[in-house]
Amino acid sequence: MNAAVALAEIVLALSGLGILMVGVLLRQADFRFASLLTIAAFIVAALLVAVEPHGTGLFGAFVTDGFSTFMKLLVLAGAVLAVLMSLDTARETQVQRYEFPVMMLFATIGMMLMISAADLMTLYLGVELQSLSLYVLAAFARDEPRATEAGLKYFVLGSLASGLLLYGISLVWGFGGSMDFAVLAHTLSAPAVASKGLLIGLVFVISGLVFKVSAVPFHMWTPDVYEGAPTPVTAFMSTAPKVAGIALLLRVMMTPFGHLAAEWQQVIVLVSVLSMALGAFAAISQHNIKRLMAYSSIGHVGYALIGLAAGSAVGLRGVLIYMLTYVFMNAGTFGCILAMRRRGHLVEEISDLAGLARNDPLLAFAFAIFMFSMAGIPPFAGFWGKYFIFAAAVQSGMWTLAVLGVLLSVVGAFYYIRIIKVMYFDEAKEAFDLRPASLSLVVGIGAVFTTFFFVVPAPFVAAATLAVKALAF
Amino acid sequence: MTHIGLFPYLLVAALLLVLGVAGIFLNRKNLIVILMSIELILLAANLNLVAFAAQRGDLVGQVFVMFTLTVAAAEAAIGLAIVVITYRARGTIAVEDVNLLKG
Repeated sequence: MNAAVALAEIVLALSGLGILMVGVLLRQADFRFASLLTIAAFIVAALLVAVEPHGTGLFGAFVTDGFSTFMKLLVLAGAVLAVLMSLDTARETQVQRYEFPVMMLFATIGMMLMISAADLMTLYLGVELQSLSLYVLAAFARDEPRATEAGLKYFVLGSLASGLLLYGISLVWGFGGSMDFAVLAHTLSAPAVASKGLLIGLVFVISGLVFKVSAVPFHMWTPDVYEGAPTPVTAFMSTAPKVAGIALLLRVMMTPFGHLAAEWQQVIVLVSVLSMALGAFAAISQHNIKRLMAYSSIGHVGYALIGLAAGSAVGLRGVLIYMLTYVFMNAGTFGCILAMRRRGHLVEEISDLAGLARNDPLLAFAFAIFMFSMAGIPPFAGFWGKYFIFAAAVQSGMWTLAVLGVLLSVVGAFYYIRIIKVMYFDEAKEAFDLRPASLSLVVGIGAVFTTFFFVVPAPFVAAATLAVKALAF
Repeated sequence: MTHIGLFPYLLVAALLLVLGVAGIFLNRKNLIVILMSIELILLAANLNLVAFAAQRGDLVGQVFVMFTLTVAAAEAAIGLAIVVITYRARGTIAVEDVNLLKG
């Protein structure tokens, strides 16, 4: 049975239950206490992931390899940053309840299951554990009409996507003959075996997974949910679940369906181009910063999918590096957004940033770093993410895709740099409230990583190269 | 199963799926109907799984259905909870009133 491979998940699940028990038994246990316990649990899980034995376990339903280690550490890093961000902003955003960090913890277990899925059943259960926790988180501020509406929209469209995913799984299993990724890969290595029913199932599975990473044409929920959900939840949703979704997409496309690359490559190319285009053009007219970040994240997923479309080891390595840089710059950006508070209330308009350079030069400087990085301007981390992706596309001979990507990232640069212009050159408004230390910490971590990634990229690139080896190469 | 064959089962499941999806997008009245439509989609997939399991004599599909039913119960619970807080916050559960967030 070999349950040792899932030790990190088991420990995390038990600590989730433990934290809930502590909340019931200890009267003085409050939100901050639960958050700190959750962070501790994440750190323990990360240590366990770092030393976990590689192999398959739990009757072939669960796999750990270099890829899962890399992605899980990234997910845990994103989750820790998100909990840190909610520490001192929970009251303003009405999420200051004991269960809040615990829901994040359960969502994270779901993501780790997704990353380690070795058969269709684990895949579905992982996706559902993550999604169900996220629906609750999105609607967590239950007296806030906009948050409940965000939760409602996310729930309806997310359940629809899960339903399509499940329907696809049933067809793939029925016509492919197995739930197990390795067996499926073996069966499908003779392309003639791929029946019509299986291809229809594959399309349904891709639709479900594409929804979870919010790529076009399954992106409609993203702007509304990002805007309506409490900001700490948005910060969480835009980092760790994205990483897990991309990881799952990579594993499913490369392992069981690797031999059907000719069938799904065109779909991924289309999804990627449409996401980049929508991310670039729809964000231009936004004035709410959370909505802008939603379109920005759609665009970033589009760039990451170029690497999958390229289908080579170099392309996948590019995706991993892209997600690595994305997590840190995105967490940093949301740290800055959460610091936008006047008299104890969060403000969300881009125009509210006016004059930040004068009122809080350090925060403005960090914000500018993140925006330059997202636009892909060297030497910041975001540039290197895009560099590895585009280089891989060119190597695979996908010139059109690479050129389109570069052009669209120029369009995207417009609205990122507009934010910098508002902060540095517009007439100053009233200063923001003093930012709490936890936010400064998150912004600091993000800014240092984003700025100095280019100094020591070697260990990260080496880790990503090693991780990709686990996927069929 | 030996008398009927696999195809009619898949057809019914496909029809249920289409009904479910149509129910979500065409319905303008009530959020509860959406919850029912979601349930219909999950049941379509379940029917597929059970039909394949019976046809191939492979129990994996039936085990999966047990998991799916559990997930569907959790999903319905969360869905109803969200509908309840929507009603408390807005005083209505009509689909056309879900319009605060637009872009």
